[in-house]
Amino acid sequence: MSKTETQSAGKGTCIKTGAQIIVDILQEQGVETVFGYLGGVVLPLFDKIYDAKFNFIIPRHEQGGCHMADAYARATGKTGVVIATSGPGATNLTTGLATANMDSVPLVAITGQVRSDLIGNDAFQEVDTTGITRPITKHNVIVRDVSELASTLREAFHIANTGRKGPVLVDIPVDVAVSSIEWTEPGVIDMPGYKPRLTGHAKQIKTAAQAINSSQRPVLYVGGGIISANASKQLSELAEKANVPVTMTLMGLGAFDQKKPLSLDMLGMHGAAYANFAVQESDLLISIGARFDDRVTGSLKTFCPNAKILHIDIDPASISKNVKVDIPVVGDAIQILPELAALCEHKERKDWFARIAELKKRYPLTYDKQNGLLKPQMVIEEVYNQTKGDAIVTTGVGQHQMWAAQFFKYSRPRQFITSGGLGTMGFGLPAAIGAQAACPDRTVIDFDGDSSFNMTLTELSTAVMYKLPVKVVLLNNGYMGMVRQWQELFYGKRYSQSSLVNPDFGKLAQAMGATGLTCESKDNLQETVSKMLASEGPCVVDFHIEPEENVWPMVPSGKSLHEMDGIDILERLA
Amino acid sequence: MKHVISALVQNKPGVLAHVAGMFAARAFNIDSLAVGRTDNPELSRMTIVVVGDNRVVEQVRKQLAKIISVVKVQDYVDRSVVTRDLMLISINTPQDKRSEILALINIFRGKVVDVSAKYVMVEISGPEAKIEAFMDACKPYGIKSVVRTGTVAMPRFSKT
Repeated sequence: MSKTETQSAGKGTCIKTGAQIIVDILQEQGVETVFGYLGGVVLPLFDKIYDAKFNFIIPRHEQGGCHMADAYARATGKTGVVIATSGPGATNLTTGLATANMDSVPLVAITGQVRSDLIGNDAFQEVDTTGITRPITKHNVIVRDVSELASTLREAFHIANTGRKGPVLVDIPVDVAVSSIEWTEPGVIDMPGYKPRLTGHAKQIKTAAQAINSSQRPVLYVGGGIISANASKQLSELAEKANVPVTMTLMGLGAFDQKKPLSLDMLGMHGAAYANFAVQESDLLISIGARFDDRVTGSLKTFCPNAKILHIDIDPASISKNVKVDIPVVGDAIQILPELAALCEHKERKDWFARIAELKKRYPLTYDKQNGLLKPQMVIEEVYNQTKGDAIVTTGVGQHQMWAAQFFKYSRPRQFITSGGLGTMGFGLPAAIGAQAACPDRTVIDFDGDSSFNMTLTELSTAVMYKLPVKVVLLNNGYMGMVRQWQELFYGKRYSQSSLVNPDFGKLAQAMGATGLTCESKDNLQETVSKMLASEGPCVVDFHIEPEENVWPMVPSGKSLHEMDGIDILERLA
Repeated sequence: MKHVISALVQNKPGVLAHVAGMFAARAFNIDSLAVGRTDNPELSRMTIVVVGDNRVVEQVRKQLAKIISVVKVQDYVDRSVVTRDLMLISINTPQDKRSEILALINIFRGKVVDVSAKYVMVEISGPEAKIEAFMDACKPYGIKSVVRTGTVAMPRFSKT
């Protein structure tokens, strides 16, 4: 077709190229910031992006761009958008897509593909993108005809941000991007195979309320689903009305204000001992938007031995996947929780709260503060105090991530952005950049480890280029910290390949145009943190922490949730 | 235990890959899979036979339903169903055994669809057990090759 875009083909009609349609759909969907990287087959699209109304951020690597879009989505609740070219561009997205998929983050990835007539011929930069990304996306599709482009993209946004959210990839051959068709206005999306159930079954909700009302030792165990559903307020109302303590998964941190007395903080492998004991001693576990991950449950055989399990989730496949559920309720938490709360009675549960108070007193989350070295927990607490707990926090993966989960207290949803399901090292810095792009007025802190930071530190120059003032708090122990901890505990301290020779991170940051600071002693901690927070642009602080500090408590893999290593240490320090 | 699961899917490219990929990724074992268009050209039906305990099969059903292009999933476990496999089988036919083999084919209500000097090709359909029994009965003569469709199934009309 030789028609060009915006050329009128009659009354009320408008002919556009595929590339223009992509840009127009992004604008129609309210997309404000797009992350992406250029390449041969996406040049027609980038030519149209030149005139687009949204912001555009080019990372240094597509993986970085995908994490940025992911964190943008987690920070705002909107759908993140990332664009990559065919072949290596698309394959570089895979870690980011898998991360978003495991954590149910709404994301639309647009990839370029080689010309339709070359597909299957091993053309330059050709890869079977839908084949590669099928298991790591909620849905993916290749658009073979420009007439399907608009509806496919609209469906992609719909699928990504409804039901159990997740990434959707749309692969677009370059000939589809350059051919033209009449623009269609959005209509009703009706996909016969996709009808997420939002309202909970009334009878099941009633059964759930009866179970809560008759329970002596209930615990709410909530996950990232509460945050995805924007149901934090409804959760608080339920917890307070029914008078039930709340423990959160790593992904659920921020769903319930940790400063409230009902908060039991995080549970699981590195959760608070009092949360783990409470869960094990409960007679009713009320799970909402959580999926009984092995890092949460420990050994399934001995998980909550005396409890009935009530599970509220939008994904029917999550129910009875890992544990047998006694009372399932499928639907959207924001709709179900008020209905449930209305049927719940306020019970005093004196004995249960007395037991919880005893557990909290006996096994607090703490560390050895008398030791002369700079402790990672101390750094996190200092940042918490100086930011008044208000910062958005991102992390890489490892010990620093667990300390950031234990020692920073989160009071609102979308405040803590971390790779929970996939455990993606290198997530922290690009996530901070995405969150900062989403929330320019907030302080964004990336608590990172040296080995996590090493993986994607090149994105620091993206932060500099776009003047995004992220603060990287590098808890540098010269090790892959969590690996070293496992080697110490389970491999007789044989630290095989887990120690690192690092660059001078402060100088490196300076070379990239950011502020770079180093802190080697706890005497300089307060001053360094205030310097960091006062710095104008992006800033990296290299904190030289005690190299062999461990994360306590710890449920060793395969053990029961109450069989924690290190609780004797916590008890002694209490 | 064997479960027959029927999945109504959109008749679009990539749907089979989504379904097969889900089975592979979640380590579910497919015993047989048969796919064909329905009377509605937009829809195909997959009949999937899965072996596993109730918990596994429930997950299979839920994970199938979760695939965007899968429209409806039914597990026929508690229903009376008609199941059929179709097999084409080429049997070695020595001169002196021909009539014996033809009698055997008759007993099983098979149909000879091709003949050569040395072999007959037989079309036979029925429940899986019947197909297996026929194959066993043919073994002594020598089986040249076998091709099977996998099970298709449809629930019986209710008798009330």
